[in-house]
Amino acid sequence: MAKVMLEVKDLTTKYITRFRENVYAVDHVSLKVEEGKSLGIAGESGCGKSTLALSLMGYYFPPLHYTSGDIIIDGTNISTMKPDEIRKKILGQEIAYIPQAAMNALNPTRKIINLIEDVIQAHDPKAKKKEIYDLAVERFEVLGLPAEVLQKYPVELSGGMKQRTVIAISVILSPKILIADEPSSALDVTSQKMVIKMLLDLMEHGFIKSMIFITHELPLLYNVTDDIMVMYAGQIVEKGTAAQTVFDPLHPYAKGLMGSIIVPERGLRDVKLTAIPGVPPNLKNPPHGCRFAERCRYVVPECKVHPIEMLHIADNRHYRCIFSEEYLRKAYQND
Amino acid sequence: MTDEKKSCLRGSGLTKIFGLGQKKTVAVDHVDFNFYAGEIISIVGESGSGKTTLAKMLLGLISTTEGEIYFEGKLRDISTQKKKREYWKGIQAIFQDPYSSYNIFNKIDTVLLDCIKMRGGGRLPHAKKIEMISEACSFVNLKFEELTNKYPFELSGGQMQRLMIARIFLLKPKVLLADEPTSMIDACSRATILDMLMALRKETGMTLIFITHDIGLAYFVSDSVYIMEHGKLIESGTADEVILHPKKAYTKRLINDVPKIHEEWDLSTVKVSSIWNEA
Repeated sequence: MAKVMLEVKDLTTKYITRFRENVYAVDHVSLKVEEGKSLGIAGESGCGKSTLALSLMGYYFPPLHYTSGDIIIDGTNISTMKPDEIRKKILGQEIAYIPQAAMNALNPTRKIINLIEDVIQAHDPKAKKKEIYDLAVERFEVLGLPAEVLQKYPVELSGGMKQRTVIAISVILSPKILIADEPSSALDVTSQKMVIKMLLDLMEHGFIKSMIFITHELPLLYNVTDDIMVMYAGQIVEKGTAAQTVFDPLHPYAKGLMGSIIVPERGLRDVKLTAIPGVPPNLKNPPHGCRFAERCRYVVPECKVHPIEMLHIADNRHYRCIFSEEYLRKAYQND
Repeated sequence: MTDEKKSCLRGSGLTKIFGLGQKKTVAVDHVDFNFYAGEIISIVGESGSGKTTLAKMLLGLISTTEGEIYFEGKLRDISTQKKKREYWKGIQAIFQDPYSSYNIFNKIDTVLLDCIKMRGGGRLPHAKKIEMISEACSFVNLKFEELTNKYPFELSGGQMQRLMIARIFLLKPKVLLADEPTSMIDACSRATILDMLMALRKETGMTLIFITHDIGLAYFVSDSVYIMEHGKLIESGTADEVILHPKKAYTKRLINDVPKIHEEWDLSTVKVSSIWNEA
């Protein structure tokens, strides 16, 4: 069995609003990423995808606070570590994070090579400039980025180029896991493809051991990741391989999401788009039962009585619904 | 031109040049098109291809450098503010960013009452106006009672975007220009917005022009598709012709680069050599 790079057990994190209300944006999330594998997280805006990404790093800024659960990176539990320790030993080295507008994170007054020196020296103050330069050139060459980029200022680069440079910098210390939060949503399709190619290259060359990819674009996830998790209102509602989640979703919400996919393919025009009515619940006061019940077309009164547990129907295949697999499949077929 | 296909918007030699001399940028370069009434049209291009500039010219928000626009067969005249207002009764738009589409000092009531006024209903009794507004709001799943006396910033992005559609419902223009209406929202809400636009079109029979970079969307909704590259319309035809049998290399690349689910997404075509070739 492959080595587990990241294991998260029952992680719960909350936002505390200025009115002292608790908003549990990540609610008992468990996941596991093995070496050489990638995991995709899908869901609509506000479902907690990005909060989960931030929580996984174990480094919390107010108003985000840790509540309970374990984050284990390659055998080390980081959830009990002090923020300073995490900053020095974990971030960048063990776990790297690419935020949504990563390309805006480049300091415009410094050359790319200076930014790389900063990252490396933050973890190893004795690192020599020459060594850093050699490492950067080597790394950029493997990733298909021209070495001349190193001597440029960020403004001299195009959007797609900047994004790829940021990714290359953030993984310069070869972290065990890379968390990419919508790394390509601000780019046009061609640049997006280059970014994706680069992420896959990183995995192939072993610069990163595993990856978590967050986006709301399902066709993209399907092409990039091995497994896909669907998140709704802070909870995981479905998990399976990419093909299972996209072509055979079980949870009604996941089914609804798959019904909104638009890709320029033959036969698309005959597809009926399904819009999910309503809006997600307010997490300040989430419903006691199934959180999707208000918007679900298969809802029965029992849905709203007890919190719904995750059902394990096979290895690496889970969903959170009171109905059986057979019942749901049949219901989808009849529609 | 046949009887059943009436020309709605026609442009000939439409050009927009920004700047002068060395800094001259040709944003839209001698574009010819003919949009028929009642059709759904998509103009597809990457960022910087000039599609939004073209949209703004069609709306009369910026002047044209060269070329003519014909609205319903007649050369459009927007030389004075009054004539412009008259033109805008026929053509309206929804923009990408709902937050910047409203006058922040006007209440929602004012926004919607203005629409009725524009349609010539300024002298209707107040109760009748409120009834019309309520109908428009319920069309987009909003409740007017919850919106009344509010300012735009008090609404969420989704509510604002739907309110834009409610405006169109009241205005009933002949042409609706939707400039990236779904690019800032996720796939799930996209279906909702599209459903509303389609229902609205069914009701009013208006011509819908989508300006988008989302090829999937263009293929899904439109009757005809125009591909724009560097200010030129390089390819046009029915959606099936253009998307399934593209002729130009640019169109092929564009379609090829979109991730798909039933067909293979070919990553081997990605070429990265110099920093300049993708700018």
